[in-house]
Amino acid sequence: MSASVSAASVRISIAYQNWHRFSRNPTALIGAAIVTIVVLAALLAPWIAPHPDHVGAIVNFRVRHQPPSAQYWFGTDNVGRDIFSRVLFGYRISLLLAAVVLGFAVPVGATLGLLAGYFGGWMEILIMRLTDVALAIPPLVMALAVTAVLTPNLLHAMFAIAALWWTWHTRLIFSITRTLRHQEFVEAARTLGASRFHILFRELLPNCASAILVKVSLDFGFVILIGAALSYLGLGVQPPTPDLGTMVANGADFLPDRWWESLLPGAAILFVALGFNLLGDGLRDLYDVESVR
Amino acid sequence: MTGEPLLSVRGLSVDFSTYGRRSQVLRDVSLDVPAHRHVALVGESGCGKSVTMRTIMGILPTPPARIVCGQILFDGRDLLAMRPRERERLRGTAMSMVFQDPMTSLNPVFTIGDQMATILKYADRRLGRVRGRRGRMARIFEVLGQVRMPDPERIARSYPIMLSGGMRQRVLIAMALLSEPRLLIADEPGTALDVTTQAQILKLLKDLVEDRGLALLMITHNLGVVREAADYVYVMYAGSVVEHAPTADLFARPSHPYTHALIDCVPKLSGDTAFRGIDGSLPDYTAPPAGCRFSPRCVLATALCDRPPSDRPVSEGHLAACWHLAEAAP
Amino acid sequence: MEFFYFLIRRVFWSLLVLFGLSIVIFVIARVMPGDPARMAMGPRASQEQVADLKAKMGLDKPILAQYGQFAVGLLHGDLGLSFLTKRPVNHDIAETFAATFELVLATILVAFVVGVPLGVVAAANKDGWVDNLVRFFAILGAATPSFLLALLLQVLAGYVLHALPTTGRVSPDSPFTADITGLLTLDTLLRGNLGGLSDALRHLLLPTLALSAATIGQIARITRSSMIDVSTQDYIEAVRAFGVPDRVRMFKYMLRPAFVPPMTIMGLEFASLLGNAFVVELVFSWPGMASYGVRSILQKDLNAVMGVVMISGVFFVVINLMIDVLVGFIDPRVRIRGARA
Repeated sequence: MSASVSAASVRISIAYQNWHRFSRNPTALIGAAIVTIVVLAALLAPWIAPHPDHVGAIVNFRVRHQPPSAQYWFGTDNVGRDIFSRVLFGYRISLLLAAVVLGFAVPVGATLGLLAGYFGGWMEILIMRLTDVALAIPPLVMALAVTAVLTPNLLHAMFAIAALWWTWHTRLIFSITRTLRHQEFVEAARTLGASRFHILFRELLPNCASAILVKVSLDFGFVILIGAALSYLGLGVQPPTPDLGTMVANGADFLPDRWWESLLPGAAILFVALGFNLLGDGLRDLYDVESVR
Repeated sequence: MTGEPLLSVRGLSVDFSTYGRRSQVLRDVSLDVPAHRHVALVGESGCGKSVTMRTIMGILPTPPARIVCGQILFDGRDLLAMRPRERERLRGTAMSMVFQDPMTSLNPVFTIGDQMATILKYADRRLGRVRGRRGRMARIFEVLGQVRMPDPERIARSYPIMLSGGMRQRVLIAMALLSEPRLLIADEPGTALDVTTQAQILKLLKDLVEDRGLALLMITHNLGVVREAADYVYVMYAGSVVEHAPTADLFARPSHPYTHALIDCVPKLSGDTAFRGIDGSLPDYTAPPAGCRFSPRCVLATALCDRPPSDRPVSEGHLAACWHLAEAAP
Repeated sequence: MEFFYFLIRRVFWSLLVLFGLSIVIFVIARVMPGDPARMAMGPRASQEQVADLKAKMGLDKPILAQYGQFAVGLLHGDLGLSFLTKRPVNHDIAETFAATFELVLATILVAFVVGVPLGVVAAANKDGWVDNLVRFFAILGAATPSFLLALLLQVLAGYVLHALPTTGRVSPDSPFTADITGLLTLDTLLRGNLGGLSDALRHLLLPTLALSAATIGQIARITRSSMIDVSTQDYIEAVRAFGVPDRVRMFKYMLRPAFVPPMTIMGLEFASLLGNAFVVELVFSWPGMASYGVRSILQKDLNAVMGVVMISGVFFVVINLMIDVLVGFIDPRVRIRGARA
């Protein structure tokens, strides 16, 4: 009884300490604030966007190429659509892309990393050489290749990026697991007859949790950037679905005079990527996992 | 102990500031190392031995450390009052140091010869000595031979990873001897090695020091090493010297309760198998006990111990800082 | 001698990766499309024409035999014909590769020349304002889309300041052709053509800046943390105790072991650098492999695309092999363990 009370209070005080350190880490705080703003904006886009109907393929030539104003915060594009509204909806696509890619890459990558790190031997050779191959192909180039074979759209872009992205998680978890493999708590669990499943997912995986969290936060930024680059090249999300990369590409034709049409959606990409990078960098300090990139 | 000692530490106090809190790591430490003599500083890990040694060598990072007060006299001159340049001239030349861990104290990406040549080059420069590259290599081969390394030329061409722990420890000793220092400070030499190799290293160190008539300050937690290699012992606890005596006298008549406990902790081969540890742990340096720092763990502690004890004589050259000397004596 | 064994092992692993790469590309090019012949001919081609091409491409054979044929072709440097240019893909890529190579090489050079000193300065002033500034720019560099930076630089330097050329590799009226190494900067230098060199450098500057921002940040960050890590090592304290001056300690004893992590990171990050090069090349109309690749994709020129992917992978493997050899040269632990393991 008293043991469980004290264990609970220890947990609370650790949570408190973490919060205390987090709240004094300006990098993490600013990052968390930006991420919160972007996620909320994406979720609430249909309700908070000033011109939600501008998302589709409508044209409104009367107000095309309007500079930023009180009515059109980010100005309007070449067919007269409100860029700010389209940015809010563009965030939905960006976040969805990153969430789907990481939702696949993290579990797969972590499991492979655990297997390679814990069992070693031929399992390690097989898995780690596979990651070497996947590492050699730039995700953007892979996405280009896949879209060349299939049709360019969001789903294929996700598939192409996810097909390579697990490598980074495998390498990360592998390097942690390899050093933990012979530590006493693992030996102890083995001696006590714990199943391999238990050792992998209940003993080893929790020790990788903070590293995974930091990596996922940084990855959200990177995947969003790759997705944006892909649609900038015209191979990702297809119009009229509003996508930040596509908007930059379309607006770039009107540089430098109508700068807002490309630079403001570009700044919106920078904003979200910066948020995730700051958050990841702050969390890296907090959890003291310097090796995670 | 007569005449001016080669090294004399007087009333040294050192603080550390970490995370906004100040730890009083050394309090009023005094010790003497006379020329040609071998002195040991003994205590458990965390007692301040290494800080003492680093302060003497002048390699204590400040901050976080801060030297509060005290003097370190070398040849009668106060090292702490010297200008940095002057002090640097002594470092590695007049006084030198043998590092503890042979696995981590050598730079992994340079050859042994390269590392020793760099050390020698700058030592020569500080001493205003002129010696060419070839002269330096000759000196390096000579010293590697003196630490009983076979084939010094090959060793000099090797990277640390190619040598065993024992050989690397010999290299560390050779590095310390390059510029013929008068005082050698040895930090737990050989503790990272297996027992047989450690014994060889200690024997080598003792022979080298005796042959050259060097003064030796050896830092250790191992009483066996003390008995083997030192003429005089300082016992340190929680940043203060609690007892000091000629080696034989200390083992014959340990007078401070902490020394007692320390000697009791060493398993003996003779019939007495009772093996006792010391209850409790080192005090919190940010809020140490006001008086005797050992009092919270001491069986003899009374209200008297709330005041700092001063050195009281036990016999000729044997002093202990304890209010209860009479009761503690066997 | 151990260096030789280390090299042999590294080359062996690289070949294995290339083998894996060829399988990946085979799967994408021949298995994933379902019917590559139909794809090549387009929907209007007749059934007989498609069957004819199928036989010509060997698509009627078992899959393993198909791979064998594909791999033998690769070994001979045969990447097939481009549907678009009607020329062998390897000729097309050979023409465009030099431009990409020059851009990427310049970027790596800039990343190290700028990133390593920044990291060293940040480490020396740990937690000071310089350190915070370097950290902030490292994060900013990583978060900026390369095409946005490219566009910004193009607008600023080209249209606003009118200071630098914004497209291409050389001025349109320049008669110079890079006929020695294919690298304009190097060839103009070798021919002693200083005007040409300055022209090439002016064209190279903006794309290099756009491409290197993220890498500079990464290199600076890794150099910083590895310098800090090395500075706490026993061997650094030891040379201090032996009286080696601060300057020598910093630049000899610390920088050399601290140089290994940034090199390794450069190798791993090379893939994403190459990916970004595709976007930057497009913005600056840089006549490189990327522009060729993107054009091929839009035209569904499958062989050309696969060639570009394959060459990107080979480029990655070769760069990493070179980096590993350099690391083995810097750090004897790597080559000794690498030779034994």
